[in-house]
Amino acid sequence: METTNKIRVLIAKPGLDGHDKGAKIVALALRDAGMEVIYSGLHQTLNQIIQTATQEAVDVIGLSIMSGAHLPICKRLITMMKEQGLDDIRLIVGGVIPYQDIPELKEMGVAAVFPGGISFEDIITGMNKLFE
Amino acid sequence: MPEIVAILQGNQRAGARMIRLLEQGKLEALTLLKQLYPHSGNAFIIGITGSPGVGKSTLIDDLITVFRKQSKRVAVIAVDPSSPFSGGAILGDRLRMQRHATDKNVFIRSMASRGQTGGLSRATKDAAIVMDAMGYDIILIETVGAGQGEFDIATLAHSTGIVRIPGTGDGIQAVKAGILETGDVYIVNKCDRPDVDASVHALTMMIGMQNMGRQTSHPSPKWTPPVVKTNALKGTGVDELADTFLSHFDFLKKHNLTDQTKRNQETLYFKSLLKDLTLAKIHSFMETSPAYKSVLKRIQTHEMDPISAAEHVVNTMIILK
Repeated sequence: METTNKIRVLIAKPGLDGHDKGAKIVALALRDAGMEVIYSGLHQTLNQIIQTATQEAVDVIGLSIMSGAHLPICKRLITMMKEQGLDDIRLIVGGVIPYQDIPELKEMGVAAVFPGGISFEDIITGMNKLFE
Repeated sequence: MPEIVAILQGNQRAGARMIRLLEQGKLEALTLLKQLYPHSGNAFIIGITGSPGVGKSTLIDDLITVFRKQSKRVAVIAVDPSSPFSGGAILGDRLRMQRHATDKNVFIRSMASRGQTGGLSRATKDAAIVMDAMGYDIILIETVGAGQGEFDIATLAHSTGIVRIPGTGDGIQAVKAGILETGDVYIVNKCDRPDVDASVHALTMMIGMQNMGRQTSHPSPKWTPPVVKTNALKGTGVDELADTFLSHFDFLKKHNLTDQTKRNQETLYFKSLLKDLTLAKIHSFMETSPAYKSVLKRIQTHEMDPISAAEHVVNTMIILK
């Protein structure tokens, strides 16, 4: 059998913000970088994100957040991931993320942060780096 | 390594990791699959196929709701195409089913086709075995958006539903060979659109003609595929569709046709595994054999033509024990 190990990514938008163009464009860029992207769409609850990541056995959960609630959302999700035994899944975050919040996100266990304005190349390099 | 016991108890994390291993083509995954195989064979496998955008995912979302009301445990495998350029994929079928994401008795797994052309991926059958062994009563398999020739699903499912929408194709389209021959249930979705009755009529005519043609060659009890009208967005006709699938399964069981289906499937599965495993051996031979590499060199220096070289390698070097 031919063995292929592709990076599987769940792209999700938690909560109430309704802008998913960014998430879709990033999904497309990841596709073009050879990754398999599960796109779960808008308005996802954290529980939906956890269950989806479980069922799809993804390597990465990518959250797109523009609501300003990235700190509490990530904190809660990381706790839930630990409770569900999903510690081996990397959490990455993109969207409207102020640079001063990045250290705190990393501190709580977010593997990488890609704020708005970053290039696709940097996102893909950053993601591949997680698996070196 | 996922735990066999956990998988048999229906643990989604364990099942999902097992499917991942199978999808990666890891040989040790086959060892685990062997242990699960005896526990499979109880689920009713329904295939849903049709062109892109006809509403397959939305119909499946509705069918999950109906089957859950009947307290059945439901698994879904949703296949989307891989990019022929990057090998990547966007798997967007489950987007339509996300309201079921937190139901512990529903397990949805997206898969990329990874170069397979029959509408499924190589590991779809393997994944169905895992879900079957996990105890799901019904496994719904959504194919890649299919055209005329992608009908692998018919060899995997007990019941194949072909989804059409009004306004596509006339009577001659309906009698062409290919995917339209393979349906057990025909669905005309988006039935609020004009020309819905023309589509139903064309399909009904086709089914009638096929039955006439088959009367002599198939003496066994005949299932006449029904045509069901649905509007998946509104949930119209979906109860009837679910009943139709279930009555087809009852029909198969009543006439002992599930055993026959199973025998056919096992033969096909065996043959496809045989190809995979042989190919794996050939791949590793090509990577490791110095003799092979010297033949390759002789082709590049024009000492040998590719045809003779291939014959030479197969006849003298590849010994399949």
